[in-house]
Amino acid sequence: MSEIVNIYKDLFEANKLLLLNNVPHGLKIKREEAIHHFLEKGFPDRKSEKYKYTQLDNYFGNGYNKSLEYPKINVSVADIFRCDVPQLETHLLILANGKFYRFDQRGNLPKGVTICSLKDAIKTNPQIVDQYLGKLSKDEDVYASLNTAFATDGFYIHIAKDAALDKPLQIVNLLLSEEDLLVQYRNLIILEENASANIMVCDHTLSIHHFLSNIVTEIFQEKSSKLDLIFMQNEHNNSIKMQSTYVNQESHSDSNINIFTLHGGLVRNNINVLMNGEYANNSCNGFFMADGSQHIDNFTFMHHAKANCESSQLFKGILDNEAKGIFNGRILVDIDSQKTNAYQKSNGILLSDTARMNARPQLEIYADDVKCTHGSAIGQLNDDAMFYMRSRGISKPESRLLLLHAYAYEIVEKINIEPLRERIDEMVGKRLRSELARCHNCPMHCC
Amino acid sequence: MDTSQDSILAEVTGSDYKYGFVSNIDTETIQKGLNEDVVRIISAKKNEPEFMLEFRLKAFKYWQTLKQPEWAHLKIPAINFQDIIFYAAPKQKKQLNSLDEIDPELKATFDKLGIPLNEQKHMTGVAVDAVIDSVSVKTTFKDTLAEIGIIFCSFSEAVHEHPDLVKKYLGTVVPYTDNYFAALNSAVFSDGSFCYIPKGVRCPMELSTYFRINAANTGQFERTLLIADDESYVSYLEGCTAPMRDENQLHAAVVELVAMENAEIKYSTVQNWYPGDKNGKGGIYNFVTKRGICKEKNAKISWTQVETGSAITWKYPSCILKGDNSVGEFYSVALTNNYQQADTGTKMIHIGKNTRSRIVSKGISAGFSNNSYRGLVKVLRGAEGARNHSQCDSLLLGSTCGAHTFPYLEVDNPSAIVEHEATTSKIGEDQIFYCNQRGIKTEDAVGLIVNGYAREVLNQLPMEFAVEAQKLLSISLEGSVG
Repeated sequence: MSEIVNIYKDLFEANKLLLLNNVPHGLKIKREEAIHHFLEKGFPDRKSEKYKYTQLDNYFGNGYNKSLEYPKINVSVADIFRCDVPQLETHLLILANGKFYRFDQRGNLPKGVTICSLKDAIKTNPQIVDQYLGKLSKDEDVYASLNTAFATDGFYIHIAKDAALDKPLQIVNLLLSEEDLLVQYRNLIILEENASANIMVCDHTLSIHHFLSNIVTEIFQEKSSKLDLIFMQNEHNNSIKMQSTYVNQESHSDSNINIFTLHGGLVRNNINVLMNGEYANNSCNGFFMADGSQHIDNFTFMHHAKANCESSQLFKGILDNEAKGIFNGRILVDIDSQKTNAYQKSNGILLSDTARMNARPQLEIYADDVKCTHGSAIGQLNDDAMFYMRSRGISKPESRLLLLHAYAYEIVEKINIEPLRERIDEMVGKRLRSELARCHNCPMHCC
Repeated sequence: MDTSQDSILAEVTGSDYKYGFVSNIDTETIQKGLNEDVVRIISAKKNEPEFMLEFRLKAFKYWQTLKQPEWAHLKIPAINFQDIIFYAAPKQKKQLNSLDEIDPELKATFDKLGIPLNEQKHMTGVAVDAVIDSVSVKTTFKDTLAEIGIIFCSFSEAVHEHPDLVKKYLGTVVPYTDNYFAALNSAVFSDGSFCYIPKGVRCPMELSTYFRINAANTGQFERTLLIADDESYVSYLEGCTAPMRDENQLHAAVVELVAMENAEIKYSTVQNWYPGDKNGKGGIYNFVTKRGICKEKNAKISWTQVETGSAITWKYPSCILKGDNSVGEFYSVALTNNYQQADTGTKMIHIGKNTRSRIVSKGISAGFSNNSYRGLVKVLRGAEGARNHSQCDSLLLGSTCGAHTFPYLEVDNPSAIVEHEATTSKIGEDQIFYCNQRGIKTEDAVGLIVNGYAREVLNQLPMEFAVEAQKLLSISLEGSVG
């Protein structure tokens, strides 16, 4: 067993009281199984197909405060953080260093909607947490197991049958500390039959310290439920982020997940979708922009376990300087999943001589009556398009900007809430002009 | 799927492997198993110079440190290397001077396979090197080719007669450290073909090698080395067959191609090793390392393969595009039926400026088989203006088989354009209906559609092979409607 793995063995031993005592029996067993799985497998190395291009084990070694009792935040988060999108009213849930901080609701929540911290949910709804937590992530990935073993807080959203979240919910996770910090938190989103929700999760860093996040979100969509989920990743260069999202979709459910990675030192997104009921629909898209020595890795796994489902994926990236982008997408169609439609496309634009892009779009198909396609293209801006603009008197930098902005808009336009779409489009534009990608009245000094 | 289509499919999967006979040839073998002595015995039997023995021993030592790779999308049963005979040769008492002296049984074997060994009679204009079990038995047209300076002979002969060339190029494209099976091959390879095309020579005929595994319990480990010097051209064909046996046999070959400035190599394979019976029993394990290097500028290497045989295929013919403006091509049709498994594809490594590569892969799966495309396109930092286009299509015939695509695109240069496209589909009912309407039976229609689907690749094959390949596809697939 490697030294780094041992750190977590000791950490688990040292925190046994917190992790295993006074918690529901089911959770205790899950944590024990998870640490066992982690210790047995260890961190994946370069030979692992799944983590071939992104090795994180060294970051998980020394150098970060791994205390499960988070350092206290000295400033008022509300004072330094404001996020308002015109014409958009949202419920706002703030996490600080992965721990529930506060929840500002606009008016009363509709009947059947529960939004709270995972910590509270474990106390108030232990059966539901027990039923769902770890169901999708169990033994699937070592980083997810590490999270299951150690994460004690995060957010919890439960929408009961036929209920709907009236306004979008914005979840903001702020990283703020006085030393380098390891943050692990865990989220649950449960949409019962015919329920619907609109959720946006934003990540921000508020202090210059190094942050290492290991986040797992499990999403359960029962029959005919509908989810719109946006991840907005905007952290500074000293942050390392490992984010795993698991989705289980029952029949006729609809899921629309969009990930925007505007800034971040090293980001790895794992998205695992299980189409577990017929006629489910999934759309999963991502846009990432990286410069300097940033490293962005998107990994998707679309598992069509039932017939008549449809999934589509579109991932686009722009890479400058020495940045590295990776897209690894896998579509698996089981033997009885006839009439599956699965589409996948990844594009990468390299702006400098030293930027790199790797793509692995994979299809694994065991059913014959299916339509599956994947496409991948890596290159630079179209010369003809540039010439067209230049010949009309548009300057070179401006033409470039226009083209890149249009390229990004293909993903941005998939956001269903209009004010939000405009805001994100604006942030993408700013990022392209090498300005800090933050809202114009946001006083935060991240990055 | 209705039952009539099922029964057609069943009928087709029951079709026999027509090359499955065993020839009664006296064979000289050594004891089973693999150890350093076996490597020495093979080398001694071939009377090899010291440098060859050294190469083999180094490779063997390295092989011992390796584990069988597991990354491929294949279920490979454990291979007992101690249960395989690593050297088998048809008994020959003396050096042959004319065709009449060949063992009549051996000649009959090649006649059955339809391989023109008799150079006086045949009109096809193909020079053949025939390799049975581990040894090259006959190379035709050798003298005609020698007149224009082309060396085309068995590997053993080359080791003796052209040791400088062998020493200079052996292991330069596929070093013995490359992978598990390449290391194994480097240690125990017994024979193969060697070919050298001198500067400015355009080879006037197709060069061809036929491989045949005959003896039981043997493995075949041949090695091909082909060098095309400046401004030369050669088209090379390779065909393989084996008898039907219940136990699995191992075939681990290495092919190395070297193309110098402005040279062009066209390498075509029709692989039809025994695929096992319809229950998946027996068949050849085909673990092959094929790689070519475009060493100087404007060189071109083109791989074309039609893979219909073997129980397990593990094969990635690759191109290293080192010279500026060099071109790599890969055209493949891989067909799997019954319980066959194939994990095949290519690697295109772009090193030089303005290098171009094109990949066209057509996979066809039927029965309970699994067919994977696995390909790497890597553009290194210096490969200014590199261009790649890959197209990988899969056709599924039946609901119990699998088709998979695992492309790897790694791009380190911004001026490179790399594109990959893949589709998976079945034969459309409307296509069948269209044919039926015009009086074409469903069986014939499927054959027609599959051949049309594979046409882009079949067109790349030389005439003789294209006909054979088309027949092979029809035999295996007539009537299998998905």
